[in-house]
Amino acid sequence: MEEGGGVTKKFLYVNRKAPYGSIYALESLEVVLIGAAFEQDVSLAFIDDGVYQLKKNQSTDGIGMKNFSPTYNALGDYDINKIYVDKDSLEQRGLSLDDLMNLTYEDENDNYAEKPSISLVNSEELAALMEQQDVVLSF
Amino acid sequence: MTLHIVNKSPFETNSLETCLRLARSGHCVLLFEDGVYGASKGTRFEALLTEAMQNCKIHVLLPDFEARGMKADNLIAGIETVDYLGFVDLVTASERVQSWL
Amino acid sequence: MASIDVNGKSVEVDEEGYLVNLSEWTQDAAKILSAQDELELTDNHWEVINFLREYYDEYQIAPAVRVLTKAIGKKLGPEKGNSKYLYELFPYGPAKQACRFAGLPKPTGCV
Repeated sequence: MEEGGGVTKKFLYVNRKAPYGSIYALESLEVVLIGAAFEQDVSLAFIDDGVYQLKKNQSTDGIGMKNFSPTYNALGDYDINKIYVDKDSLEQRGLSLDDLMNLTYEDENDNYAEKPSISLVNSEELAALMEQQDVVLSF
Repeated sequence: MTLHIVNKSPFETNSLETCLRLARSGHCVLLFEDGVYGASKGTRFEALLTEAMQNCKIHVLLPDFEARGMKADNLIAGIETVDYLGFVDLVTASERVQSWL
Repeated sequence: MASIDVNGKSVEVDEEGYLVNLSEWTQDAAKILSAQDELELTDNHWEVINFLREYYDEYQIAPAVRVLTKAIGKKLGPEKGNSKYLYELFPYGPAKQACRFAGLPKPTGCV
């Protein structure tokens, strides 16, 4: 139970689209940030082309669109620190963890030590994670 | 039980493939809108669907299937048809609905 | 579209008074926007406004008030990182009002 008597539910945001070709990625990020005010148990999953959202070194100067990739670094401030990346999707795209932004959070229960937010997961771990959720939101 | 719903053709996106990779035993999958193309016999996805049916139940929304010029006898064996009410029943029988856009 | 006059230059604002183009912000624009709210900016106000601008520069969002409060506390100390202090500075809401003065969009999720 949450302070104030509200029930905490487990929310998983599933992101499967690349960042600039459609509005899904940005919409998802906005919903995640707005939803953070409700102080629920939030996790994010990045699968298929969704892993491209977390790619390092995005630079949109040439396409006249806002580069929203720095905003993922703020997720830790919003107490969103469970970010799961599908290992298969990453490998199929020739990427590894080193190609992704280094997202971190400060662990309040461990003297504010900075810790990585991203975990690589295999299909079985991801399937199990999805099954634990009360709500799955797809983008 | 989780109900997975897929509304994209498997030839357009890999939504169906990823869905079937991550669906667990005992889950249900419903194909609707362009997702119904994945339910027809003779496509390169037939083997994938047949294999998935060993653990999961697969449904297709018949109005969407018929709208696209196919009949129930074009379905891969084992796929069950539902109408709109059947879709609602599946949703209410599920603990969560996960859509694969 | 409404606008404000900053030293003879017309700067566009939206219907809620937020700057349309972040790049048009100047300290004088902040002074004019705060004067509209009958507020005189002190060093304490500037500390928060500058913090918000740095936050936006780094993360491309205006932080929610909860996040702002925590981050201010971390940077400027607990006597400033609390809602009482921030609401005294910005009575219309530290995130909403201070973001407006800072030339940022309204924080995501604020109504």
